[in-house]
Order: sequence, then C-alpha cells, then structure tokens
Amino acid sequence: MREELHPKGLEVVTVALDVLGLAKTRKYIDAANQTHPSLIDQAHRLDHLLGVVNVPSGVWIDEQGVVVRPPEPAFPELSIAAIPVDRLPPVPEGIDRYLRDVVVESRKIRSEPHRYVAALRDWVENGSRSRFALAPQEVIDRSRPRPPRVALAAAHFEMGQHLQRAGFAEDAIPHFREAHRAQPDNWIYKRQAWSLVRRDQGPTDVYDGDWLGDVRKIGAENYYPPLEM
Amino acid sequence: MILSALRTDRATFQRETGWDIKPQGACRGEVCVPLGEMGEEVDVASVAERLGMPLVHEQKHGIWAVGPETAGRVLPSADFPDLVLPTWQGDDFDFRSLRGQKIFLLAWASW
Repeated sequence: MREELHPKGLEVVTVALDVLGLAKTRKYIDAANQTHPSLIDQAHRLDHLLGVVNVPSGVWIDEQGVVVRPPEPAFPELSIAAIPVDRLPPVPEGIDRYLRDVVVESRKIRSEPHRYVAALRDWVENGSRSRFALAPQEVIDRSRPRPPRVALAAAHFEMGQHLQRAGFAEDAIPHFREAHRAQPDNWIYKRQAWSLVRRDQGPTDVYDGDWLGDVRKIGAENYYPPLEM
Repeated sequence: MILSALRTDRATFQRETGWDIKPQGACRGEVCVPLGEMGEEVDVASVAERLGMPLVHEQKHGIWAVGPETAGRVLPSADFPDLVLPTWQGDDFDFRSLRGQKIFLLAWASW
C-alpha cells in the first residue's frame, strides 16, 4: 500500500505500542523490512493523546497537521483479516486448547479492510473533497469521551507501565488491575498487561480476565466498533 | 506524567500534559482555565484539581502519576498534538517533519 500511495503524497507511519519497546517489537520490524518511519511508543503516548483503545488503529492527518479521521479499526488489505472466513485453512489440530479456541473466536471478529483501504485511497486522491475526510468538529466529536473514570484509568496505566519498566513488575499489577476496572473497554490496557504475564494473554492468577474470556463476554463481533465511513 | 514530588517546573508540566501555565491560568490552544497565584514551580496537586486530572499515589515507591484532564472528548481540537517518538533505530522522529504530506498513522502491537 505504501508503495502505491507514497508517490501520491501519503506517508505511512507505524507506531508500535509496547511497554517493553524494541525488545518485543524488533523481530516484527525486521521481518517487515519497512521503508516508512517505524516508531516505538514505549509509554503508550498515543493512547493518552488520541484515545487509541485497541490495535490495529488508524489515524489520518492532512498536510497541515490536522486530524481528519480519529482512531478507528484499520486493517491492511494484505492481512489475514482480509481473507473471507470460508477461505481460511482449517484450525490446526493438536495445538494448545486455549490457542485453538482463540483462533476460532478470532475468526468471528468483524473487520473491513477492503472498505477501509478504499476510503484511504479516496482521501489520498481527493484530499479535503473526499467524503471520508471529516471536518474538525466531527473529528473532535468522534474522539472518545473522557469522563473521570477514564482519566483515572490512564493514570493507573501510566503508573503500572512506569513500575514495569523500572523492574517492579509485581508492583505494577495492582495499577494495571485498577486501569482495567476503571475502563473495561480499553483493550490496550488489558492486552498489554495480560501479555506481560502470559504471552497468549490467557487466564492467570493475577488478573480477573483474559483475552478469550473477555471477548466471549462482549461477543467477538463487537470486539471492534463498526467502521463509520 | 510520573513525579517524585507534587511540584515541577512549567516547561516539564507543559511538555508532559500539553497545558501551559501562564499568568491568565492553565492554557491549551484557545482554552485557558484560571488558576490562583502560581510561582515559578507548578503546584501539581492544585492544578490537577482545577483541571480534573486524577492523581494516583504509589506509596511504596514515593511517586505520583498524573492522569489527563477530565474533558468532554479526548481530542480537544483536531490539530495533531506535538509528538516526538523514537524510531526503531533510536532517532527522534517529530511528526511535524511530515507537514506538507498526508499521513496514515497505524498503531500496532506485537502482543
């Protein structure tokens, strides 16, 4: 996509959100052999500044530095999300039961990569005339609300991250738990914390939830909000 | 913002929170929230209360986390905030360096 749209004036910037920074993300960056700016957000500043609550999330910014679409689910066309479920290979037998259930549940998640990328192409071609470019007030209105409990969740998550990076992983856990309690629909807060204890984000003794259980509670089809294009 | 004391200098407060402490109050963009008398140092507890920023205290480590202001929406304006992040090679990357180009920002994670 970048090769197609960069000559037309678009730059792709990827930002990896990970409290463990390059130690966790390097192998993926190396494998992708990227030519665009590839950034590391070890302090999750995008969550705080833009209201990113799950990944992958895309944000469009115009030539003047104005956001024309706030964070929303953004899947590339060349991803497993772009393959119709009936064309995916069968779920492998013999793999770990939890992982198998995660794969089954993941296939129920709704994503619309073709529609999203078509809209992106339209914006690159037509700029502010594109019907997908939002006016500033609509961008603000579509950004997430921040009531006191959400601000409190952010403070606890920041504290948890700080302690984790400082080598006090045990002390970070109560703050991550508070962040989950205060903002249960923030998947970044949950997935980041779960992944620090179990790579597959499965059940543990320290957190009340896990990826599979929490997704089943809301229904996989509600894991990402529908695109409002 | 993580602090070991509830006082900090204005530049740090502005860099970390986006709020500039001026004679007329705490200001960001066109919005100014009046504050009481403020010296060279920012009284973080007082400003946080005024702006609706939660304070989380970690007693064992003697530090505080200052949360974002409680506001209607996360984005106070459509202007992309000043943001500098490191590239994977370790260089600073300022989003302002891409003014004049459209940007598609993609947030991802390995977990």
